[in-house]
Amino acid sequence: MRLFRAHVLVCAGTNCSLKSNKAVQDRLVREVERRGLADEIKVVETGCFGLCEQGPTVVVYPEGVLYCRVTPDDVPELVEEHLLKGRRLDRLLYREEVPAAGAAVSAGPKAFQTVPEMNFFRGQVRIVLRNCGIIDPESIEEYIANGGYEALGKAITAMTPAAVVEEVKASGLRGRGGAGFPAGLKWEFAAKAKGDTKYIVCNADEGEPGTFKDRLILEGDPHAIIEGMALAAYAIGATQGYVYIRGEYGLSIDRLQKAINRAKEMKLLGRGIFGSKFDFDIEIRTGAGAYICGEETALFESLEGGRGEPRLKPPYPTDSGLFGKPTAINNVETLASVAQIIANGAKWYRGFGTERSPGTKVFTLTGDIVNEGLIEVPMGITLREIIFGIGGGVPNGRSFKMAQSGGTSGGCLPAALLDVPMDYDELAKAGAALGSGALLIMDDTHCIVDIARVFARFFMHESCGKCVPCREGTFRLHEFVENATKGKATPQDLQTVHALARTMALASLCPLGQAAPVPLLSTLQYFRDEYDQHINEKRCPTGTCRGLATPAKALSAAGKGA
Amino acid sequence: MATVKLTVDGVPVEVEAGSTVLKAAEKAGINIPTLCYLEGIHEVGACRVCVVDVGAKALQAACVAPVAEGMKVLTNTPAVRTARKTTVELILSNHPDNCPSCVRNLNCELQALAESLNIRGNRFEGARNEWTPDVSSHSIVRDPNKCILCRRCVSVCEKVQGVQAIGPINRGFNTVIAPAFGELLADSVCVNCGQCILVCPVGALYEKDGIAKTWAALSDPGKHVVVQTAPAVRVALGETQGGEPGEVVTGQMVAGLRRLGFDGVMDTDFTADLTILEEGTELIERLTKGGVLPMITSCSPGWIKFIEHFYPDLLPNLSTCKSPQQMFGALAKTFYAEKKGIDPASIFSVSIMPCTAKKFECERPEMRDSGYQDVDVVLTTRELGRMMKEAGIVLDKLPEEEYDPPMGLTTGAAVIFGATGGVCEAALRTVYEVVTKEPLKDVNFKFCRGLAGVKEAEVDLKGTKVKVAVSHSLSNARKVLDMVRAGNPNGWAFIEVMCCPGGCIGGGGQPIPTNTAIRQKRIDGTYTADERLAIRKSHENPAITAIYKEFLGQPLGHKSHELLHTKYTPRGRYRIRKEKAAD
Repeated sequence: MRLFRAHVLVCAGTNCSLKSNKAVQDRLVREVERRGLADEIKVVETGCFGLCEQGPTVVVYPEGVLYCRVTPDDVPELVEEHLLKGRRLDRLLYREEVPAAGAAVSAGPKAFQTVPEMNFFRGQVRIVLRNCGIIDPESIEEYIANGGYEALGKAITAMTPAAVVEEVKASGLRGRGGAGFPAGLKWEFAAKAKGDTKYIVCNADEGEPGTFKDRLILEGDPHAIIEGMALAAYAIGATQGYVYIRGEYGLSIDRLQKAINRAKEMKLLGRGIFGSKFDFDIEIRTGAGAYICGEETALFESLEGGRGEPRLKPPYPTDSGLFGKPTAINNVETLASVAQIIANGAKWYRGFGTERSPGTKVFTLTGDIVNEGLIEVPMGITLREIIFGIGGGVPNGRSFKMAQSGGTSGGCLPAALLDVPMDYDELAKAGAALGSGALLIMDDTHCIVDIARVFARFFMHESCGKCVPCREGTFRLHEFVENATKGKATPQDLQTVHALARTMALASLCPLGQAAPVPLLSTLQYFRDEYDQHINEKRCPTGTCRGLATPAKALSAAGKGA
Repeated sequence: MATVKLTVDGVPVEVEAGSTVLKAAEKAGINIPTLCYLEGIHEVGACRVCVVDVGAKALQAACVAPVAEGMKVLTNTPAVRTARKTTVELILSNHPDNCPSCVRNLNCELQALAESLNIRGNRFEGARNEWTPDVSSHSIVRDPNKCILCRRCVSVCEKVQGVQAIGPINRGFNTVIAPAFGELLADSVCVNCGQCILVCPVGALYEKDGIAKTWAALSDPGKHVVVQTAPAVRVALGETQGGEPGEVVTGQMVAGLRRLGFDGVMDTDFTADLTILEEGTELIERLTKGGVLPMITSCSPGWIKFIEHFYPDLLPNLSTCKSPQQMFGALAKTFYAEKKGIDPASIFSVSIMPCTAKKFECERPEMRDSGYQDVDVVLTTRELGRMMKEAGIVLDKLPEEEYDPPMGLTTGAAVIFGATGGVCEAALRTVYEVVTKEPLKDVNFKFCRGLAGVKEAEVDLKGTKVKVAVSHSLSNARKVLDMVRAGNPNGWAFIEVMCCPGGCIGGGGQPIPTNTAIRQKRIDGTYTADERLAIRKSHENPAITAIYKEFLGQPLGHKSHELLHTKYTPRGRYRIRKEKAAD
């Protein structure tokens, strides 16, 4: 193996590739060659590094210096200064306002020299993302070099399937797709279900707006999914796995397919894995991006070639899932956690997170937050730590208004709940959900009613149309909120919409319809005043809703909304 | 069978394991309202009207929720009542308010449901969908504005008929039931059977109107309007006036038709007898001269379009006989016109059918052998009921009258055409006697009867053994045709196929509701009518003997071929677009 003096890691996640990372990488390779450094310095394309807002990002090792917003034209100087002369290029270093948590006063931006120093990374524990931004996702060798496929080897050669199930059960790993069902229990049900043919399905449909963790995991560390699925298959007795992934995720599909092909070449997939009698293969099926297809039974319908609509439960997937066979279906992040649990043990895993929500959780930070991007933190960390610690706070001198947790179907948390611990049970108590791990941050320029309208429109658009409460209810819900933004809603409407929301939550066929009223109900719970102003006084305090009266004070402040 | 004990509203009840909460409630004497539920056909729990509290986080649809030991079901809590009411109000908020002019007024499940839930007013006034009704089909009108998206039609089309002509298009509030890609029904594989109409809880599906044209003809002094009545109409028409299913009202119906103003009231049963002579002779010819076997019946126009779409390779197996309706139509404007001395151009030929596919059949281009369109208008049983109601005709108060000659005298063999197995039984009554030249000891071929999906038997024609099969509903037809395609391992020589479940008595033009219990009653009525008739074999019908003597010559003769036989059109499953065809 060749040794290099320095490694230059270029993020090749989707978000950075939207910002011409490829040109940066090509320029780097050319520049390194031009200066005759090709034997000393290696340029590596990696998965997502997490700091999407700051992309394209380049990290230079061994020091671990992070450069942000690198353009192709910056490259000659970067190579000259850092790689040739050994001086850090100050102007491209990551800078951050460093206020005390929640405070608005700042001593001015600080430039961070290396990755470990940064608040963004200091608060993180990277188990699922351990390889993201570190290894070349298209190299199975790099995955193996970093401990990859050790867990699979250990399971197949030294553990019974039941022992694998037990280990995952003991770890307390809960489903990271949103519902939080214990993964080990699910595997146990599937393992015990009657039937010769069983399937493992990886749910990579990731439909919650503002969520892109699965995409970046698949792009950054595809072999972790393959290994996780193989472990699941071994545990439940499946020989075929499917990855259901949305068609828009071109890079994920591409990298995952390459990884599957490489794993087959290396006999880590296929017949007789690790010389055992265990056979396992994986096929990728793409979806058309309907939100409902993230619901497991609708996903099966779509995967089988039908219209994506939820099935009745029971029967549950572990008894009758894909093609009517016992099926374990797990989220990307869940599966990506499994190999580490098997490799290091349940006890190790329980060392992170909380008693009832062990381990780590990947969040995607979007909206009015300095460090928009991808992070992984121990369960139970507070919302405040995420937003004002790792996330770098709310930009532009604005103040925090609310955070929506768990994607569109999640609840909206006001400032008063900033200290809520982020785990399944605590968030549920607050009327929100951990959900997919999306965290949408909004500052005080946003109108809560207008935001609720956007959420309502989303559900109206994504309802599959099968059951009445969801099909008709999402439409009427949107109608109400839209009327409110136009000053046409009445206090009577507000009562009606409460009854409607209750019926949708209680009587809809599947979680889509049951969750559709959640954003409305939670904003009503925490921002009732703002609704009353729209409905009773016909005015919008932020000036977002055109046509409604706007207080003069708000006009000057609401640069963003209007 | 293992049982499960539970309580419904505190009433203890014990039911079979695997039963639904709905069944358990029924047993406990508690009525749970349903809307999309159609037992055995459509059990999807989608409308959410039947929700109950079983102690879970969310309410459960009783029609599909399985019972569990110790379950405590509550069907009448504030949450349940609110959910049901809200759900039905939501449906009504996107449904037209023009009930009085709806074809299903007073026979509408949504109306009844809203009434039973004590719904007064609607909290969800707002935008509604506006769709253009699909009137492309000769048989069926689809009005998506009235559709409540219960999808019973989709299930019956797929599961009972195996056609899959329609399905949900679009999503959410914009969902609409239509053929794939939103194509028109007329361009789809729809076979026009109308089973979707029978299961539609509202007025979103109904037959193409034939009443207006019929009234116009009846009031036109220049027209001689003749009418024929199909076998299955007489055991169902009474239901349109509140009568019992299966009650035989032949005589009153004839009287009523005269009062509506028809100039000649005759019977499709006459041409059913004629079909037996033609088809029986065709079968004997194929058996003795080595024709294509098994020979399959051709009376049912939904079935004909089905085989043209899905099994065009088996078209040579079809009998070339026209359906009794079309034989009647061809004869009305030739034989009848001649006999009555009427210009066939002035004859307006109406048929009363239990069937919507007949409306399509009479418009087929090949059905003009008389030189005119052989049958001008087809009315369903329901439409005749509406005309009689409009005209103030009360069947109960009418005397029984006889059909008009020369096509009014019929046999029991013809009457049973209306029930599944009837054509086969009628054919066997004649073929047996023609082949063996001996009288049958018992004319009842009971294996043909009943609601089993595929019935088969071997009949001994004194040495010649003939294997026959009978199927009804097109999903069963598929089973039979797949066997024929697979080389006919059971060695069938003759197969009766009827499009609709139960045969024509369960046709898409029959009164609503039509369900299994009602089908059985109509079948019973059919065999009662058979037994009441003096002549029960087609070849013994003196009017049939007369028409061969006077007009047709002999079965399969020249004139028969000209007027009574037809050809079929392979259609394939997908419409060939005109744009493409032009390339």
